[in-house]
Amino acid sequence: MVKEIERAGLPVVHICTVVPISLTVGANRIVPAVAIPYPLGNPTLEAGEEKKLRRRLVEKALNALCTEVDGQTVF
Amino acid sequence: MSKIRVVHYINQFFGGVGGEEKADHLPELRLGAVGPGMALSQQFGDEAEIVATIVCGDSYFNENTPAALEAILGFVADQKADIFVAGPAFNAGRYGMACGGVCKAVQEKFGIPAVTAMFGENPGVDGFKQDVYILETGDSAATMRTAAPVLAKFTLKLAKNEEIGAPTCEAYFPRGIRKNVFAEERGSKRAVDMLVAKLKGEEFVTEYPMPHFDNVAPAPAIKDMPKTKVALVTSGGICPKGNPDRIESSSASKYGKYDIDGLNAFCANCAETAHGGYDPVYANQDANRVLPLDVLRDMEKEGKIEKLHKYYYTTVGNGTSVASSKAYAAEIAAELVNDGVQAVILTST
Repeated sequence: MVKEIERAGLPVVHICTVVPISLTVGANRIVPAVAIPYPLGNPTLEAGEEKKLRRRLVEKALNALCTEVDGQTVF
Repeated sequence: MSKIRVVHYINQFFGGVGGEEKADHLPELRLGAVGPGMALSQQFGDEAEIVATIVCGDSYFNENTPAALEAILGFVADQKADIFVAGPAFNAGRYGMACGGVCKAVQEKFGIPAVTAMFGENPGVDGFKQDVYILETGDSAATMRTAAPVLAKFTLKLAKNEEIGAPTCEAYFPRGIRKNVFAEERGSKRAVDMLVAKLKGEEFVTEYPMPHFDNVAPAPAIKDMPKTKVALVTSGGICPKGNPDRIESSSASKYGKYDIDGLNAFCANCAETAHGGYDPVYANQDANRVLPLDVLRDMEKEGKIEKLHKYYYTTVGNGTSVASSKAYAAEIAAELVNDGVQAVILTST
């Protein structure tokens, strides 16, 4: 999916837990996530802390979108 | 001759530990054959014996690969194994990555051969086919009956150090290794024969397949994020509560497009996941853990992005074919471009 959307000319950042799979499917901007059932969360954290963790990952993702890359890059 | 000693790797599901709720199961050693190992043992007859089975949760392996490998290699070390077998993993992606990863590590550490088996679209194939013999299976465990004899036969062959034929004869994925062989006819004759067949519209088999590259060049970076319209897309199956479009829990035949205008965050009463390939408890409690609507809404208000697109797109990545995923994403991409979206955040579980 990442590749087809990027083929249309849109930059895509792939936030995913299993980075080797993302590399295999051909994502260009990859942000490693937390865990498979909760890539952007952590149920052991208190709600406010969990949202901060998510915010950091989203900021990293937006930063990746603002970064020129010349091939597959893990941020 | 004494029996060949086989160590077998399987996941928590085939180990009888449990489904997705047990996918974080730590590596565990059991003596003898377990689950699919029974079918392999039957095929081995008197020639080989599964001396031990290692059971490990798919999520645990993929989220903690170095620690998982260390534990698994520790188990293997004590077994005096002659050969290592993993799977079959069919079309289970995390299981396939684990089978490939474990086989590779065992080969490197102990210098014994290893083999696994899975479906052609399993990401474990592209991940490890150059390192490990990976036999081709069907896409579901329903094909175990045909997969087990092929895997068992190949295992014996490999363990006995017998000559392994070309990938097309033995049904493993090509490893990119070229072998010198004597052909009946010289190259120029074979080339002309191929050309003549091609001109006649007949079938022919090339001796030098061109590598298939399908990488997409990265799109240019966003220059000004506060002036950018961002869309959310996921393969994690997040959908409105009740899954109104009945997106399937695996091998999805469709994708969903849902309006999030005016919605500040997902909540347990308004969203859930349709995905059947991971434990849904955490996503059902709080879908922002998979698709970060709450944070992007905050950032939209703060002016960090211009706008979050009115719709999000979603499907279930579990066992869904590459062809389907491509088709869905091509449609989604065309709509996003039409709607003036400039950047996409895609989340996967």
